[in-house]
Amino acid sequence: MASLTAEKIAELEEIARRLRLDSLRLIARRGAGHPGGALSAAEIISVLYFHTLKIDPSRPDWEGRDRFILSKGHASAVLYAALSRRGFFPAADLGNWGEVDCPHQSHPDRLKTPGVDMSSGLLGHGVAVGAGLALAARLKKLPYRTYVLLGDGECQAGIVWEGVNTAAKYRLSNLTAILDNNDVQLDGPVHEVMPLEPLAERWSACGWHVIEADGHSVRQVAEALELSAAIHDRPSLVLAHTTKGKGVSFMENNAYWHGNVPSPEQLKQALAELGEEGHDG
Amino acid sequence: MAEPSMRESYGRALAEYGAANPRVVALDVDTSASTLSNFFAQRFPERFFNVGIAEPCMVDVAAGLALGGFIPFANGFASLLSLRALEQIRSCVCYARTNVKLAASYAGISDFKDGASHYSITDLATLRALPGMTVIVPADAAEAAAWVPIVAEHDGPVYLRISRAGALPVYQPGTQLQIGRGLALRPGKDLTLVATGAMVGRCTKACEELALRGFDARLLEIHTLKPLDRGLLLQAAEETGAIVTAEEHSVIGGLGGAVAEMLSEARPIPVERVGIRDQFCPTGRDLDKLMDACGLSVAEVVAAAQRALERKSTKI
Repeated sequence: MASLTAEKIAELEEIARRLRLDSLRLIARRGAGHPGGALSAAEIISVLYFHTLKIDPSRPDWEGRDRFILSKGHASAVLYAALSRRGFFPAADLGNWGEVDCPHQSHPDRLKTPGVDMSSGLLGHGVAVGAGLALAARLKKLPYRTYVLLGDGECQAGIVWEGVNTAAKYRLSNLTAILDNNDVQLDGPVHEVMPLEPLAERWSACGWHVIEADGHSVRQVAEALELSAAIHDRPSLVLAHTTKGKGVSFMENNAYWHGNVPSPEQLKQALAELGEEGHDG
Repeated sequence: MAEPSMRESYGRALAEYGAANPRVVALDVDTSASTLSNFFAQRFPERFFNVGIAEPCMVDVAAGLALGGFIPFANGFASLLSLRALEQIRSCVCYARTNVKLAASYAGISDFKDGASHYSITDLATLRALPGMTVIVPADAAEAAAWVPIVAEHDGPVYLRISRAGALPVYQPGTQLQIGRGLALRPGKDLTLVATGAMVGRCTKACEELALRGFDARLLEIHTLKPLDRGLLLQAAEETGAIVTAEEHSVIGGLGGAVAEMLSEARPIPVERVGIRDQFCPTGRDLDKLMDACGLSVAEVVAAAQRALERKSTKI
């Protein structure tokens, strides 16, 4: 496996930090959004959009591109931050996010935001839709991979497991799911609301190759994604262990920040903890 | 029933069309021997996906296949597709505008031996309400087959409602079918019967019955519930002044609902609706008799026509 250079690791870490700052600013400006799950996915999104995905912002509909589905669509802020930093659209397009004349919806809409491969919002669809995309790639003999990011609370939905079964039946080795395993959902800790462990064993028993990683280590996430692409007989799950609200002390592991908006004072503190600088932009 | 079944005609047509169009793929939910998508599966096993008893999953996988450039026909029972997979249909097909074709078999009360759990009498109401959905109800076996290429080549989501059974033949081979354009099957000036699905054939009989009683009934087949053929319906309202709708579906929200909604705004005239009266229907031994018992008899249509004529004449 080609290991990441120290320089690349530092770059991806810096991008993750900026994605966090962007996400919180976007949510605060809009007065709505889901900070906790955006922060927990920052390294995963950084690695995907700035290292792993074969994409071309100048050709968002390029047939050979890798596909990405944000199944946990409520983490849209971090996706929009990455898409605009990657060049799919100018950051200024998000200036009025939440207003009726802003093209970018609360949750990702594939018809309105360049670079969004599938609309999402209500939880549970990513794995099954991703399985369909992976089947299409196989039928067309196209080499693209499909990546799906889902949450752990999302795995309480039966449709997730229907998709898991289907991907396993067809041995969709061109499909990688990434589970943002932050153990916090809207109503509280996942292990209290509806326990799901042992997640690794469950996905594995269903016929998936499971790779565990520290979801806040860009090196581990990148290596896990690379490893998943080398598995040739089954779909892969990168079980990314994460912290909800990662990087902001008062948001970490706190269900309140699943879907609440920081006050101006809280935003100031959060941005300071994330090392905000005047030129972060 | 002597008539060929709609599902068999559809299944054979799908397999045949699959040979002509390599972009067509098919999915099923452990019902391919019932929906008869197995004709396609046998010919094109590499383009057929059986996801097990998991309608929501089938719809989502179909959406993914559509995103990947294919034209998926997702086959299942109408009851399960329209109820259990409704969220997937709304979110991943309509909202995401994926080119998925839902072939909803065993529709209405056509699965007469299995009973109310299997009947689908609310699907037209729910599917019609979804933005971006096209809803098509063939009248007989030949028409079901004729829709397959049209549905496949239409760019966008389609709900194609297929009966388990046959129906009185009404479709004249060669008749040009067009989405959103109803068919005037019989001229008439006293009132108009507006029917869909298996009730079209029954309404031809009702027209004959009404003729014996001295009434000249027009017959329109509305195969496309959405988009509704406003022009044809408004013309009939204008020229005949009374309408009876007939469908193998609840009277709530289906063809009768669609016609009444439109006419109440555009041209209020007496409208009587023949359909299932907000009830769960029993199991039957024979579909014809079951339909008669569930308010779908020719006599019900004739009675509704007489009520409409009376209201028309008394300007109620």
